[in-house]
Amino acid sequence: MSDLSSAGTAVGGAPVGGDGPTTDAPGSGGQERSASLWADARRQLMRDPVFVIAFLYILVVGSMAAFPKLWTSQDPRACNTDRSRISPSWEHPFGFDILGCDYYSHAIYGAWPSMVIAIMATGGIVVFGGVMGMLAGYYGGWVDAIISRAMDIVLSLPFLLGAIVFLTVIKRQNIWTLTLVLFLLAWPTVARITRGSVISSKDLDYVHAAKAVGARNSRLMFRHILPNAVAPMMVYATIVLGSFVAAEATLTFLGVGLQPPAQSWGIMISVHQVYFLEDPWLLLFPCGLLVGTVLSFILMGDALRDALDPKFR
Amino acid sequence: MSTDVNVKLDALPGLDPKALPLQVKNLQVEFRTRNGIAHAVNGVSFDVRAGETRAILGESGCGKSVTAQAIMGILDSPPGFVTGGEILYRGVDLLKLPESERRKVRANRIAMIFQDALSALNPVFTVGFQLGELFRKHRGMSRQDAKARSVELLDLVKIPAAKQRVNDYPHQFSGGMRQRVMIAMALALDPEVLIADEPTTALDVTVQAQIMALLAELQRERNMALVLITHDMGVVADVADRISVMYAGRVIEEAGVHEIYASPAHPYTKGLLESIPRLDLKGQELSAIKGLPPALTNIPPGCAFNPRCRYAQDVCKQDPAPALFQVSPSRTAACHFWKEVKGDE
Amino acid sequence: MSDVVLETRDLVKHFPLTQGIVFKKQIGAVRAVDGVNLELRRGETLGIVGESGCGKSTLARMLVGLETPTSGDLFVQGKNMSKVGAEERRRGRRNIQLVMQDPYTSLNPRMTVGDIIGEPFEVHPDVVPKGSRRRKVQELLELVGLNPDHINRYPHQFSGGQRQRIGIARALALNPEIILCDEPVSALDVSIQAQVINLLEKLQNELGLSYVFIAHDLSVVRHIADRVAVMYLGKIVEIGTEDEIYESPTHPYTQALLSAVPVPDPKLRGQRDQIVLVGDVPSPANPPSGCRFRTRCWKAQDICAEQEPLLQIRDKSGHPSACHFAEVRDVVHATE
Repeated sequence: MSDLSSAGTAVGGAPVGGDGPTTDAPGSGGQERSASLWADARRQLMRDPVFVIAFLYILVVGSMAAFPKLWTSQDPRACNTDRSRISPSWEHPFGFDILGCDYYSHAIYGAWPSMVIAIMATGGIVVFGGVMGMLAGYYGGWVDAIISRAMDIVLSLPFLLGAIVFLTVIKRQNIWTLTLVLFLLAWPTVARITRGSVISSKDLDYVHAAKAVGARNSRLMFRHILPNAVAPMMVYATIVLGSFVAAEATLTFLGVGLQPPAQSWGIMISVHQVYFLEDPWLLLFPCGLLVGTVLSFILMGDALRDALDPKFR
Repeated sequence: MSTDVNVKLDALPGLDPKALPLQVKNLQVEFRTRNGIAHAVNGVSFDVRAGETRAILGESGCGKSVTAQAIMGILDSPPGFVTGGEILYRGVDLLKLPESERRKVRANRIAMIFQDALSALNPVFTVGFQLGELFRKHRGMSRQDAKARSVELLDLVKIPAAKQRVNDYPHQFSGGMRQRVMIAMALALDPEVLIADEPTTALDVTVQAQIMALLAELQRERNMALVLITHDMGVVADVADRISVMYAGRVIEEAGVHEIYASPAHPYTKGLLESIPRLDLKGQELSAIKGLPPALTNIPPGCAFNPRCRYAQDVCKQDPAPALFQVSPSRTAACHFWKEVKGDE
Repeated sequence: MSDVVLETRDLVKHFPLTQGIVFKKQIGAVRAVDGVNLELRRGETLGIVGESGCGKSTLARMLVGLETPTSGDLFVQGKNMSKVGAEERRRGRRNIQLVMQDPYTSLNPRMTVGDIIGEPFEVHPDVVPKGSRRRKVQELLELVGLNPDHINRYPHQFSGGQRQRIGIARALALNPEIILCDEPVSALDVSIQAQVINLLEKLQNELGLSYVFIAHDLSVVRHIADRVAVMYLGKIVEIGTEDEIYESPTHPYTQALLSAVPVPDPKLRGQRDQIVLVGDVPSPANPPSGCRFRTRCWKAQDICAEQEPLLQIRDKSGHPSACHFAEVRDVVHATE
């Protein structure tokens, strides 16, 4: 079957097995096509309408979180119980909530805690989980045994139960503790991804080649091995951003997350759940924003995985 | 038992028992990719007689394996498409048969063995089960009979302790033994044509010698036509009767084995033969073919070999590519200057 | 003998076989390399041939420092590598560089050719001052017959043969005296093999390199090697000059190996005295007693199971062979 695979490479525009004084020979037809995996992936992503729409949506939500004043001039805390549960109108597109506060500006300001928690927790698990997975995969032996057992223990805790117990016990429920609990419960997944990727790439020929030249461990890890783990980690990080946004809302809804008077989508949902039959829009607006955000992250992750995996092309 | 199958195959319209077991005429295969159309096989013709060994010789990417896959009807499609030509089994064009008929021919009359036996065998079933399945499905045998036949077959390919080994899984066999199992599977239904795609490339020389000896013996016993696809000039010299040399999707030279090794008529064949290390050239530079083979998406106009050829003149750079010239009644070469190539030995 | 640049004494590598996950216990060992003595002289090419599983790749990995020997000594220019400090070992290693088999996997696809060939300079910053590294890389590219302007290209923009040239350039970067070629041409097409072999020979002449050339292709080894060692199941069974091994082999395994090589000349078909061995290579975890080849040998007697034949000069052929019944036998060669 040698010919099948090699015909494949020839067909793909990459050079066929051969040799010559210069690459200006026909074999270099693929030169323009692929400067690198990432450039190639970017080009493919920009042509993918699903990714572009999801990306724009995230940009909108991101700008809400970063610059709420750009989106509303109302103060979400200027409330007047006289205006409790007034339906949406032209000036107040989302209407008023139970306390008579402007619901639209509440929704805008509510983007901030969701995004901050998701970003901080994701950053944390990528760095810590990445390092742990790297150490476990590269050194193996007892290092791997300790880290892997720790991962197993954390992963054996049911996520929701673990989070509820933790937050109830420490009794402080703010952005920091929420981030911490998400981080603690989710890092092993990243560590597992990294560990697998490191194990499969530490025996690659070019790693041995660098070792034979005399390269030390740090160079082998960061120059030759870790780059192989970046793509799967990126994909996972994108998807996990979405699930952290959802997790924040879930925990808040269950009463162990952020507490009023803080503003977040989770609080909006949790406070107004009882009015769903009379004034469904009170629930539909925050839920819509939340679902859109989570979905966008997941779709972006999917598109990213397809773009980074040459097999899907 | 094989008679009832032949009865079924006799029903094929146009089947002529006197015609050649396999004849390929002007076969065209292209791969449609993002980078354009690759002409992987570009007008390949050859035939093989019963009991004869036809070697298809070429380097990676020349289209030799794609040709085999097209004959077997196992081309990855898309991206690969057969766009022209005929593949005749005893006068019947397989390309025009409905898929169900074709499958019957594939299993019973034309079989194939691959380079990588491990990936060609199913890892989750025992070797005996996979062999037996052939008999149960195509011959309607009972489980017991099928198993007995499987043991006979493993014996036939000289696997020691066949009775026990029939219950082993593919990974429990060594590389050479696995290749024997695959040969047993290919021969299970008594095919008339066996296509061997680099059957020994992954094996060590001593094992290669065993497998080639086994193939030769089985071929002799059954008067089977063998199409041997390889890049190894040594193996070809040992077993082939006639040779088709392929380059960039075309057959560029076709001749009997003695003629081709004694006086190649195409510069590519000549270059290949000269680049083998020889004792009398020890300490000297090997004569290498300069440059590299073209990408199949970008085959140069005229003769595909012209950028690497030391005989090339202006005529070689212009379309159409040189046709196959009749060098002698029994051989052809696709070179404008075959006389010079052959003569200046 | 200052002429000897590389020497191994009783080099052994056993890979332990363990059972259990938490409490590992050793249940045996794969004897990949089992007592190998070799000498490589300045400017010479030592070929090592053998079939898969004979331990030649493990031997190669020990020579370049990718594996630590279980026991035995490795001398690089007279210095015992297992008895010097870490820093000196790193320096010694510089002198032995590796060319790998597969040009598609041995180059990091994310690095430019300049970075790949220049990596040794970053690892050993004292070899070439920082400012002139790029120039040095371009010189290396030119030396191996590639266009120096292609320094910023990525490996996938090159063909297999060109990539192998890049691998050779990387091996030359630290000005080593010894290059270990582990199947350097077996992944390449025939017409390209010749180009790479010619390059290796040219570099040897110009730079005075010594090669250890590991391959399973006997005709390639015959072309390039001055001396040849034949390995079987972790041991050298016969060693001698290229002429001695190919013209008058005395070990039955060598004879079988040589006779199995197909000859690219149809005129010799049927005339060769081909020895077709029976059976498979036994597992290196459980090698036969005495002579390891005896299970497949047509000459085997009782003594072969009882007493291990030593690698020593046995008959008038004048080169060492590890067989109790070593004698010359005529075979028709792959390369005649």
